[in-house]
Amino acid sequence: MEKYSLFKLFNHARTYNENWQRAWRSPVPKSDYDVVIVGGGGHGLATAYYLAKVHGITNVAVVEKGYLGGGNTARNTTIIRSNYLWDEAAQLYELSLKLWEGLSQELNFNVMFSQRGVLNLGHTLQDMRDIQRRVNANRLNGIDGVVLSTAEVQARVPLMNCSPNARYPILGASWQPRGGTARHDAVAWGYARGADALGVDLIQQTEVTGIRRHNGAVVGVETANGFIGARKVACVTAGNSGVMAAMAGLRLPIESRPLQALVSEPLKPCLDTVVMSNAVHGYISQSDKGDLVVGAGVDSYNGYGQRGSFNVIEHTLQAICELFPSFSRVRMNRHWGGIVDTCPDACPIISKTPVEGLFFNCGWGTGGFKATPGSGYVFADTVANDRPHPLAEAFNIDRFYSGALIDEHGAAGVAH
Amino acid sequence: MLQIYCPYCKQTREEEEFSYAGEAHIKRPSDPQAASDKEWGDYLFFRKNPRGIHHEMWQHSAGCRRYFNVIRNTVTYEVLESYPMGTSPSEQPAHAATISTAGELQ
Ligand SMILES: Cc1cc2nc3c(=O)[nH]c(=O)nc-3n(C[C@H](O)[C@H](O)[C@H](O)COP(=O)(O)OP(=O)(O)OC[C@H]3O[C@@H](n4cnc5c(N)ncnc54)[C@H](O)[C@@H]3O)c2cc1C
Ligand SMILES: [Zn+2]
Repeated sequence: MEKYSLFKLFNHARTYNENWQRAWRSPVPKSDYDVVIVGGGGHGLATAYYLAKVHGITNVAVVEKGYLGGGNTARNTTIIRSNYLWDEAAQLYELSLKLWEGLSQELNFNVMFSQRGVLNLGHTLQDMRDIQRRVNANRLNGIDGVVLSTAEVQARVPLMNCSPNARYPILGASWQPRGGTARHDAVAWGYARGADALGVDLIQQTEVTGIRRHNGAVVGVETANGFIGARKVACVTAGNSGVMAAMAGLRLPIESRPLQALVSEPLKPCLDTVVMSNAVHGYISQSDKGDLVVGAGVDSYNGYGQRGSFNVIEHTLQAICELFPSFSRVRMNRHWGGIVDTCPDACPIISKTPVEGLFFNCGWGTGGFKATPGSGYVFADTVANDRPHPLAEAFNIDRFYSGALIDEHGAAGVAH
Repeated sequence: MLQIYCPYCKQTREEEEFSYAGEAHIKRPSDPQAASDKEWGDYLFFRKNPRGIHHEMWQHSAGCRRYFNVIRNTVTYEVLESYPMGTSPSEQPAHAATISTAGELQ
């Protein structure tokens, strides 16, 4: 792997940037791998990277039906935080946040992780009580967080309407200073380049169409380009996980639904943090390029169409204009949807399955971008050692039979 | 925007008049006391979540407020048929023709 550095930049500039090495190979699939990872999104690529890096398992292929990071990884609003309520979730997301903090150095790839802080607004007395409780729980878990008053919120975000005359007045907020945003594509590309350098084969434009089993154990995957043998198969396919499970005769407690986002025309810097509101349901930040990145709610019904309902977008923009009256004149540039894998308790499933050698990592739903490094880290450990990583144990699929759900709807209410 | 036919009001209306109520035809364990954890878990949480034809329930919440079943394609978002609770769908989706006009599928 060609290491990126200032010196390299300088050198390549002298040769008109014509000789950069490709970031990863496009290999012809081998007939057999130790591990085949289905899904080349951020989570799948991170899993491959840590399998090779931490566990020395390099005979690995990532099989992706489209292009790397073209699923939800490319479609999300990139909010990163770890202030979840329950211990199990908080620890998993906090591991992830810690990995984010060193990720650009680790991958020698600028993932543009920007710790600009995340505000979760409270608009009612009950909101504020929940925020107090969550911030206290976070601090007991060693996660940074403070409760801000209306005046403190206004000081941080001058453009926001914090007047008591607002339709839903802002009574305060939780504030996680270490939260922020990152560049979605860069995360996928950084992990892809890192995994490739360690020997992982990244196979694009190859859809997995079946999971071949023998005597209750997995033996490989059928793809649009032929059979690929594997001792273990790890599915990290987000919204398509139900379809993958059906290939192995399994069902999941997951429903796939469209989630939408939009970006505006680029503006001069005007919002230097992330603002989220459960109650009016909107979240917004400004990218380094200057566009406002706005996330909407999830559609109420199942769908695979990668587009959502217009009324959901309307509702979100109403909320944003209510919070930021001056944004009412901003024009929206692009709008899209991604298919998210929603789970009944708003927490992921990181689990073995009844089929030997078959693993699933899914159910991240509307909020898994922030978890990309941590998810890959614990899933790689789970796959490599055939048992759940200690932080993944609570996210076993068996919780839907035992009843030990980890209800994060409160902290994940606005979805991120 | 989905266009959904209410079999009680006998009207095709926009999705905003309706609330989604999840997968249809899920049977509650007939003897709750005797049901195992596995049966309860399957009943409560596990879903088909198909890519394609889906049988689901909707409520006409801003209309007659009654629940009914809908067959919908989860990829094209075509609403193929609506039929009252407690009945089975016909083999020939009856309302497909009126609803699948181009442009109405979003
Ligand atoms: C609009 C929107 C906003 C969001 N905002 C946030 C946010 O602010 N913060 C946050 O933390 N999270 C957010 N999320 C959620 C986040 O995007 C996802 O949880 C996360 O990106 C999932 O990553 P992944 O790698 O598992 O999935 P993906 O990136 O979707 O990767 C799955 C891959 O599997 C591939 N695949 C599927 N089926 C097959 C098959 N049969 N064969 C081969 N390949 C297959 C797909 O092509 C895809 O590339 C948002 C999501 C959306 C849609
Ligand atoms: Zn009706």
